[in-house]
Amino acid sequence: MKKKLVVVGNGMAPGRMLEHLFELSPDGFDVTVFNAEPRVNYNRLMLSPVLSGEKTYEDIITHDDAWYEQQRITLHKGSKVSRIDRGAKTVTSDNGITASYDTLIVATGSNPFIIPLPGKDLEGVLTYRDLDDVEKMLCAARAGGRAVVIGGGLLGLEAAAGLRQQGMEVTVLHLMPSLMERQLDPAAGYLLEKAFADRGIDVITKANTHEIVGKDGQVAGVKLDNGTVIGAAIVVMAVGIRPGIDLAKESGLNVNRGILVGDDMQTSDPAIYALGECVEHRDQVYGLVAPLYEMAVTIAENLCGNKAAYTGSVTATKLKVTGIDLYSAGDFAEAEDRQEIVLRDATAGVYKRLVLKDNRIIGAVLYGETSDGPWFFDLLKKQTDISDMRETLIFGQAYQGGSPLDPMAAVAALPDDAEICGCNGVCKSKISNAIVGKNLNSLDDVRAHTKASASCGSCTGLVEQLLSLALGEAYNPAAVQPMCGCTELGHDDVRRLIVAKQLKTIPAVMQELEWKTSCGCAKCRPALNYYLVCDWPDEYADDYQSRFINERVHANIQKDGTYSVVPRMWGGVTSSKELRAIADTVDKFDIPMVKVTGGQRIDLLGIRKEDLPAVWGDLGKAGFVSGQAYAKGLRTVKTCVGTDWCRFGTQDSTGLGIRIEKFMWGSWTPAKVKMAVSGCPRNCSEATCKDVGIICVDSGFEIHFAGAAGLDIKGTEILGMVKTEDEALEHVVALVQMYREQGRYLERIYKWSRRIGYDEVRRQIMDDADKRKAYFERFVFSQKFAQVDPWSERVSGKDKHEFQPMATLSLEAAE
Amino acid sequence: MNALTENWVAIGAVSDIPRRGSRCVKNGDTTIAIFRTVDDHIYALEDKCPHKKGPLSQGIVHDGCVTCPLHNWVISLETGQAQGADEGGTLSFGVKLDGDSILLDIGGAR
Ligand SMILES: Cc1cc2nc3c(=O)[nH]c(=O)nc-3n(C[C@H](O)[C@H](O)[C@H](O)COP(=O)(O)OP(=O)(O)OC[C@H]3O[C@@H](n4cnc5c(N)ncnc54)[C@H](O)[C@@H]3O)c2cc1C
Ligand code: SF4
Ligand code: SF4
Ligand code: FES
Repeated sequence: MKKKLVVVGNGMAPGRMLEHLFELSPDGFDVTVFNAEPRVNYNRLMLSPVLSGEKTYEDIITHDDAWYEQQRITLHKGSKVSRIDRGAKTVTSDNGITASYDTLIVATGSNPFIIPLPGKDLEGVLTYRDLDDVEKMLCAARAGGRAVVIGGGLLGLEAAAGLRQQGMEVTVLHLMPSLMERQLDPAAGYLLEKAFADRGIDVITKANTHEIVGKDGQVAGVKLDNGTVIGAAIVVMAVGIRPGIDLAKESGLNVNRGILVGDDMQTSDPAIYALGECVEHRDQVYGLVAPLYEMAVTIAENLCGNKAAYTGSVTATKLKVTGIDLYSAGDFAEAEDRQEIVLRDATAGVYKRLVLKDNRIIGAVLYGETSDGPWFFDLLKKQTDISDMRETLIFGQAYQGGSPLDPMAAVAALPDDAEICGCNGVCKSKISNAIVGKNLNSLDDVRAHTKASASCGSCTGLVEQLLSLALGEAYNPAAVQPMCGCTELGHDDVRRLIVAKQLKTIPAVMQELEWKTSCGCAKCRPALNYYLVCDWPDEYADDYQSRFINERVHANIQKDGTYSVVPRMWGGVTSSKELRAIADTVDKFDIPMVKVTGGQRIDLLGIRKEDLPAVWGDLGKAGFVSGQAYAKGLRTVKTCVGTDWCRFGTQDSTGLGIRIEKFMWGSWTPAKVKMAVSGCPRNCSEATCKDVGIICVDSGFEIHFAGAAGLDIKGTEILGMVKTEDEALEHVVALVQMYREQGRYLERIYKWSRRIGYDEVRRQIMDDADKRKAYFERFVFSQKFAQVDPWSERVSGKDKHEFQPMATLSLEAAE
Repeated sequence: MNALTENWVAIGAVSDIPRRGSRCVKNGDTTIAIFRTVDDHIYALEDKCPHKKGPLSQGIVHDGCVTCPLHNWVISLETGQAQGADEGGTLSFGVKLDGDSILLDIGGAR
């Protein structure tokens, strides 16, 4: 009999607990989870990047629906538990679902505190806790105007920065004389205030809010005690959190500020554990994830009968506002028995302060340059005696022993048990061992195997340095390779921002993303044009001047400036009529070379540009359309003769290839896409070195992807098996759409999928039917605008100027 | 007879060339590429890349330059000189605007 485990609340802490539990005991528990939020588990820490538009909700999901299915967890979304019957051992949600438990975990998190001001119930008074709050803020930001954020702590500042980035005017009201006074000393608070002012955010300290002023039930402004009124379209209250103890209290569990637990994490009822921000342990209530994750592990161990104890945590904080580096840990109030070491560098905007007691670090504040944070935190946690290095302590780890300031040296010198990832409590040796032992070579690998840098991401730099240390030159951080000299942003950032900021023209992108050149260059313009075509298929007007010549004139430029033309031959099949038309065209225009290509097409080479429209006209009359052999798009689907002719054929490979080609022609992709369908594993159409390939077998279709046979050569990966042609088409289309949406311009499928992980592709395309269907539908939608034959358009006069000289002077002279 | 002895020849209107684009003018055996930038400046270069004679008129026009379609050299529209690490130059021709009409100086290639 499996034990029935019920979890109330589906936040970050229980998510981690469940992961650990299933590692320890894959089949021991029958788990039911209730979540008041109508969604799966996501990374709450990353709400600020979602607010600022740097990430999307999809990016921050921790466990998707497929995960719950796989672990056989019953998840009740949008179901808030309103009653625990401890006698009957059941819980009941307000939408009427009852579940019984052997063990219950209460993980109700915490609630934002709302100051009981007049006007607090007005429409437009928001808090900052979950995705719904973010969506409300984004919605308000689209309408514009001013946002007033009450509270200059971590959350308030992240909200303010995000809203500002979304284009709102922002004022932060803070009661205390300096920002983040719980984590920062006044000097660092001042630097922070300046950094916010530089971003155009008004910060008012010592601001006591008197009331929220409304008009017609809607927020209109905020009035301060001194009479000042600040107009506001929304007010965000971020003044602190209160542990969510109501449910526990009503059920008769012992509570104080939080739900009281012992070192074993049990509440006053031995069948009930409490976990997360709702917990009070040894008089401490926590508001950061690192301690909660430790609690989570303790509970998972105890559920499996391994007596584990949680003994409390010391915490460190990092502010996650892009461009502001801030780190603080421990205690830094001034007192008699304490000494401090301060380093200021005004020009570099750096401030560092260490608070010492009995030659041990008890507090650290770093601003502007935070890479030594983990080292100081390590000394602090271990209470290391620092007398020997006191002179140079503040200069950081790299300075110890007189070695030069090399950032890699600092990481190299960290002790093995130094904590790198604070959120997930991952130490250096665990990461380094995983890199070497499991042959990891990317940040994502490290995240998957160790969880380091998988939560708030602020230790990414350190993890990358560990990768560099272990792999040397072999590791090149994918992080910030700018698109080109016109911008600091990488392709991924640009793609994300195009969507987040709804940028729909090249000038809009360049303006909003602060391009450094007035009209881009030959690297970024074609990339931007593609991203816009892909993201806004119905709205964006293709900018031909930003396409390479081949795509502008729909033919391939050759070294002598002439062009080559490749008519489409669906699946590589042709007929006598088509061949005759090609032969006639070749004669008529004196085309010097006719060649069969590797993709089962016929290439006509050496055509003068002026002749292109006429050549297309003749080919068009015979029923040919452009083979798009020039396009960053679907090129060819190569097929074999399959069941029609071949004695080994298992399926109609020719028919399927033609069907796929007719479905997908005309679509633009980040780089060229070549496909093939083989009728049996003898694989005569060489499907296993294509971007996408299909091998037919008796029982269905094996779909392959990520092959290459060009500069690089690489066999395909297997995506999976499907039974019918319809399914094969759906999977192939969804895969290509995923690539269209995520690939960097000129990045072939094999590079893109290696970058994001083959498993991730399989997960989204094979395992997640909803995702697959959504990709498929987006592709179908964009095809409505893409499947226009460019040749016939030009034969009928489009872009006529492209093909004729503007003037021919010798002629004029003769007249 | 006239056009040959005159230096300045009217070749068409500014609006004949797409912004950030180019059209060609044939002058005997020479092809001259006429460029129009995003802010409507007009330049004229021989349509021959200093690298391997690529047709510059087929390139992407950005700021004051064109990127050759064959191997991505970047050529200054004003001087015809290759930019960055590449070395070489192509002939550049004088251009004047008379209202919307473009005049090209075919006598004095620089
Ligand atoms: C914007 C933001 C940024 C943050 N940044 C950081 C950071 O950089 N570093 C850091 O360490 N921490 C950060 N935090 C704090 C961190 O997110 C929390 O400490 C952590 O999420 C708490 O986890 P939890 O599981 O206890 O609760 P939560 O993640 O809050 O989850 C509780 C869940 O339980 C649900 N629930 C509540 N009551 C019921 C009920 N009766 N029935 C069913 N479901 C219920 C709630 O809807 C909620 O989904 C941040 C928080 C926010 C909001
Ligand atoms: S792949 Fe198989 S079915 Fe196709 S031609 Fe070759 S042997 Fe025949
Ligand atoms: S292999 Fe090289 S030389 Fe041959 S067609 Fe391709 S790019 Fe040109
Ligand atoms: S011919 Fe112009 S770059 Fe090579």
